[in-house]
Amino acid sequence: MNFRFSGRKISGILTVLPANEVPFEAEIANYSVSPAKSMKLKLAMGYNKHRIVAGDVCASDLCVFGLEHLFAEGLLKKEDIDALVLVTQSPDHFMPATSNIIQGRLGLKQDVLCLDISQGCAGYEIGLLEAFLLLGQESIHKVVLLNADVLSRKVSRRDRNSFPLIGDGASITVLEGGAADSEIYANVKMDGSRADALIIPAGGFRCPSSPETGAMVEDENGNLRAKDHLVMQGDAVFNFVQVEVPPMIESLLRSAGLPPDAVDYFMFHQPNRFMLHKLADKMKVGHDRMPANIVENFGNASSVTVPLAMTFNLGDRLTRERLKICMAGFGVGLTWSSVLMDVGPLEFCGMIDYA
Amino acid sequence: MEAKILSILTGLRPEFDFTRSKDFIEDGMLDSFDIAALVVELDETYAISIDGVDIVPENFASLEAIKNLLVKNGARP
Repeated sequence: MNFRFSGRKISGILTVLPANEVPFEAEIANYSVSPAKSMKLKLAMGYNKHRIVAGDVCASDLCVFGLEHLFAEGLLKKEDIDALVLVTQSPDHFMPATSNIIQGRLGLKQDVLCLDISQGCAGYEIGLLEAFLLLGQESIHKVVLLNADVLSRKVSRRDRNSFPLIGDGASITVLEGGAADSEIYANVKMDGSRADALIIPAGGFRCPSSPETGAMVEDENGNLRAKDHLVMQGDAVFNFVQVEVPPMIESLLRSAGLPPDAVDYFMFHQPNRFMLHKLADKMKVGHDRMPANIVENFGNASSVTVPLAMTFNLGDRLTRERLKICMAGFGVGLTWSSVLMDVGPLEFCGMIDYA
Repeated sequence: MEAKILSILTGLRPEFDFTRSKDFIEDGMLDSFDIAALVVELDETYAISIDGVDIVPENFASLEAIKNLLVKNGARP
């Protein structure tokens, strides 16, 4: 499904990462395979270290910390926020919405729309889409898009399929009206028939948590996890990405009437270096224009990886320059999404640690 | 080409004799992470980039299958 907008812009991006950094080597003993094999996996996938929350830190804690930083630095005013959109797969509670909790903790005005969206790896583009739609309302001048996940708390530490790559974090993206001649193109696709490819089987109403769902079970590869944990069919997800993402980007560029060379950067979701290099090669995009360094430095914090790729790789530059960026996300749902737009010069584009 | 592939496979999983298996996947000699590591080594060795859509278990089930995959993706013996 194609979307098109104009007169909207991103005015600032801040990413918030847990200060707790764990090296890959410190966790090798948790996995059933030999240390030598784990080190080969590290080289192939780009695992190195990841940021994960300590204790019971929640998505709202990371968001509140980041927003208070922006208020304190004079980069955002509370009273200017007309909508608070949170994309997360790890809400504080089933109810109420975590965006309402954030609004309450920060004392934001009541004349505001709070909205939680349940999306994961494709959630940055889905969140941007929602923000662009909201900015079409006369009463909404500024939208704060929050992307936050603490999914390390739902991944078994003895699951080498998922734990080495998982990361936690949050991003805050401020959106508002922009130049009318600035065209934005987006594309979204969904396939719920493959929902089992990435799932936390228990803990919802379909299969409530119980002592049985908390029991650790060994899979055919020696990974130990419970039904309360995230489980990923790595082969199926890899194949899905390689098959579906390149044609989506081709379609997006075609709708914009632009060749791939017109794009300065392809800021894609960051599952691992191997998958991204394969995508770049397939799309004939140089690896320098599709950064793949987020997992090795921070881990994969779901929808936070795209804004993190921008703050980490282009931070200062985006405060001075305007760049044409193609963003894409792909994963849980299954959902795959992309946005092509000019970004910058931004009022802020940085990273802070949550301690 | 087969000798080189065999050498890479043995380097990856030295505990297995790949000449004695008819299906590396069925026999549990290569899992998905081994395949990823194998692709990285094959890409470097043959200066190619194996197409992501070709990275499916059946293309790594035997020496013949891997050889066919390499040829399809532009490798020269």
